[in-house]
Amino acid sequence: MSYIVAENLTKTYGKGDAIVSAVDDISFQIKEGEFVGVMGESGAGKSTLLGMMGAMNAPTSGRLIVDEIDIYGLHQEQRADFRREFLGFIFQSFHLVPYLTVIENVMLPLAVVKANKKKKRAMAREALTQVGLGDKAKRLPNQISGGEKERVAIARSIVNEPPVLLADEPTGNLDTKTTREIMELLRQLNQEGMTIIMVTHSPDCAGFAQRILRVTDGKLEEDKSTIRSIEKWQKREKGQAPFANQNQEAIAGSLHAG
Amino acid sequence: MNLNAISIKNLLRRKGRAAFVLAGLVIGVSTVVGIISYIEAMTNDINHKLEKFGANILVVPKTENLALSYGGLSLGGVSFEMEEIRQADLKRVGTIKNSKNIAALGPLVLGVANVAQQRVLLAGVDFKAAEILKPWWKVQGALPDADGIILGAEAARVLNLGVGNRLQVNDSDLTVSGILHPTGSQDDQLAFTRIATAQSIFGKQGRVSMAEVAALCKDCPIEEMVKQISDAIPGAKVMAIQQVVKSRMETLGQLKKFSYGISGIILLIGSLVVLVTMMGSVRERTDEIGIFRAIGYRKRHIMRIVFTEAAIVSGLAGVLGYFLGFGATKAGLEMFNESHSGLVPFSLELAGAAFITALVVGLIASAYPAFMAARMDPNEALRAL
Repeated sequence: MSYIVAENLTKTYGKGDAIVSAVDDISFQIKEGEFVGVMGESGAGKSTLLGMMGAMNAPTSGRLIVDEIDIYGLHQEQRADFRREFLGFIFQSFHLVPYLTVIENVMLPLAVVKANKKKKRAMAREALTQVGLGDKAKRLPNQISGGEKERVAIARSIVNEPPVLLADEPTGNLDTKTTREIMELLRQLNQEGMTIIMVTHSPDCAGFAQRILRVTDGKLEEDKSTIRSIEKWQKREKGQAPFANQNQEAIAGSLHAG
Repeated sequence: MNLNAISIKNLLRRKGRAAFVLAGLVIGVSTVVGIISYIEAMTNDINHKLEKFGANILVVPKTENLALSYGGLSLGGVSFEMEEIRQADLKRVGTIKNSKNIAALGPLVLGVANVAQQRVLLAGVDFKAAEILKPWWKVQGALPDADGIILGAEAARVLNLGVGNRLQVNDSDLTVSGILHPTGSQDDQLAFTRIATAQSIFGKQGRVSMAEVAALCKDCPIEEMVKQISDAIPGAKVMAIQQVVKSRMETLGQLKKFSYGISGIILLIGSLVVLVTMMGSVRERTDEIGIFRAIGYRKRHIMRIVFTEAAIVSGLAGVLGYFLGFGATKAGLEMFNESHSGLVPFSLELAGAAFITALVVGLIASAYPAFMAARMDPNEALRAL
């Protein structure tokens, strides 16, 4: 049974003749533990779709079902609870709180959870260790590199062990080496059972996903496995993605494992 | 890590903004505390001065006869032929509800005596009570014993008597034990002796002509006390010396009202400072609030963060404002008016009121910014970045 079901999701802005469809009648299903990439040009509707998947942007019409819960049938505050319990967010610009230390940033989702301090701190330390930043817990965001900030953002998104991770251009501001490290980290999380939905421009990053949803002008243009999608992209671009081959092997392994 | 920690860390990070809110509220609270402390000091000072006026309530026999003047004040009817007040009845004054506010009760026996072929108004006085009732008295010599008498300055001059002289008052032989320094009042014209002596001379044993009561103190309900004494001694007419009390208290009352109005305006300005600064803070933190909402903070969590910040700053402003206002008033009074020195007591009530007022003003002024922050749509907030 599908874990996430998007049914005819539509989001329009404006009124009368000025109506713009950011997302136009998109339907798809995602199984538990899948790693799905959402690709498309700028303004195609990827981020709007991710906002809807993240229970933050109510569709004009259509339904989003997660774990048999009709998300937009919930009250606004219940949706906040849903985000806290079910979702982890990774943003393109990290969005760390500048006056909190690394470990305090990671603990943010736990600040409104009833648990003792020690347990919260232990969970945050574990998440930081998982992303390889166990030794930088007491630093402030302005004392670490961009890649480390992204890792902190990932640690924050997984600290409460949500079943679903939403990532919006998670490597958009990073160099190639760091991008690869981050993507490896996401793949590791996926292999541990986390469902990941990632918006990206980068075919290299998309190569880490098992499946690509290609959005064009608000419509779902394509929903294919990554290998076929990457091959098609390579033909179109007549180029070679820097680490596509290695990833394809990994993807194949991952699919096999799944 | 909890919501309070987020609030505290944000305040520490945005020290300038926090200091601005703090300064706005401290100025407001300290000004209000200063005004109230000053009014308090003035009230104490006026009361202190009024106490020097001596009696402020007169107990006289009920009469429909003409009035006599005493001490430049209207005494109402004091008639020598009428039925006078029984001295025993005066003890009931000590049983009234506000009896603890009575500083002194001075019975007075009045009568006209013949001294050296002159007619003199002789007053039998409780000299112990007179220390409070007539604090302006200065006696050259000593207070009289049972056979003694003291003379007002003018009476001594007219009668040509000095300390140690003996004189015949009606049928009694008395010795002049002292002469009053000039007071500028009618006391200068009188002769004074002990109550029992006067009662004996005039044959008024157990009776007094009138009584003076000193009952002025802070928050003394003078009119209420007049009523209580009237009820205690139904046969007497009880009057407050309104011209002393009312005029000063009315002035003070008007000053209080004016100062409370000014205080209200100052607090309103302080609250606007908080409102504007907190609104700016919320706008500046759109990204943070967007993140908080995105990771599952409820509206009440966001409001709690804003309110906690406001409460910390406001509470601190209340404490600092009190001490600043209190200190400034004390220092100002000591510097500019020596008579007020030491009259501004530390008031736990005022300190508590300052703290609570600052807290309430801060929280009310932060309500709209907190509401705006909580209402922020995470999707909009993050898209605006």
